[in-house]
Amino acid sequence: MRTLLAAALLGLAALPATADKPRLPPNPTYKAECGSCHVPYPPKLLPAQSWRDLMARLDRHFGSDASLDAKTSEEISRYLAANAERRDAPPGAEPRITETRWFHKEHDQEVPATMWKSAAVKGPANCAACHTRADDGEYSERTLRLPK
Amino acid sequence: MKIILLAAAVAFAGPALAADPAGLLADYQADARKVDAAFAASAQRGEQFFNARHGNEWSCASCHGASGAAQGKHAKTGKVIAPLSPIANPERFADAARVEKWFKRNCNDVLGRACTSAEKGDVLAFLTKGQP
Repeated sequence: MRTLLAAALLGLAALPATADKPRLPPNPTYKAECGSCHVPYPPKLLPAQSWRDLMARLDRHFGSDASLDAKTSEEISRYLAANAERRDAPPGAEPRITETRWFHKEHDQEVPATMWKSAAVKGPANCAACHTRADDGEYSERTLRLPK
Repeated sequence: MKIILLAAAVAFAGPALAADPAGLLADYQADARKVDAAFAASAQRGEQFFNARHGNEWSCASCHGASGAAQGKHAKTGKVIAPLSPIANPERFADAARVEKWFKRNCNDVLGRACTSAEKGDVLAFLTKGQP
């Protein structure tokens, strides 16, 4: 029994590492609450502390009121903390995924500066402009379509 | 216990709100009449309110479009926003808690304060205009 359990746990732990780009279907509450104004950004893209900083000031969330009731806020905070992965916290009181070293490494070479500012993209926060299935947490290369 | 729960629910929701656009409109109108007995929700006033800026950077229309009937786009993130008008999108104004949550957030962004029941009623009259 113990071996089985260990195997199952190992299998679970191994899954994200073996996938091309680890895909986590967003928690439904997270997707509904946070995915209305922007794509539900994958929790793994920030460290737990950065998510805590963001959740602590949702009423002033990048210039917008994104406040939640306490119960929903707790559920989402737990989900974010459990799935946070990055260690390099972006700077500032409002940490941005787009300012992590990882984001720059993934995008700076491939995406020309003019594309970020195009009407179809508007800015680097708009993952879904190119990552066509970002709403479902899917960011693999085969779902990538650069807008014309 | 049941009484406490009930009291808490009433205190939280303020006026008990309906779960459909017509019922919500009637509820907002009734609440507005406590302040102004002659109040009648106006689609025309709602349209002006919806498209005007109120001291801040955004109007309602900045993200929801001028009519609220077509797909909108978040002014900052570019995220596509489903139509706001319940005529175009039956999911809208069908859940009082959801409606109140978004009025709280978005009125704070657009006006820097909560919207009054009169303003909510006008906007809803505008968004449901022509609905039988």
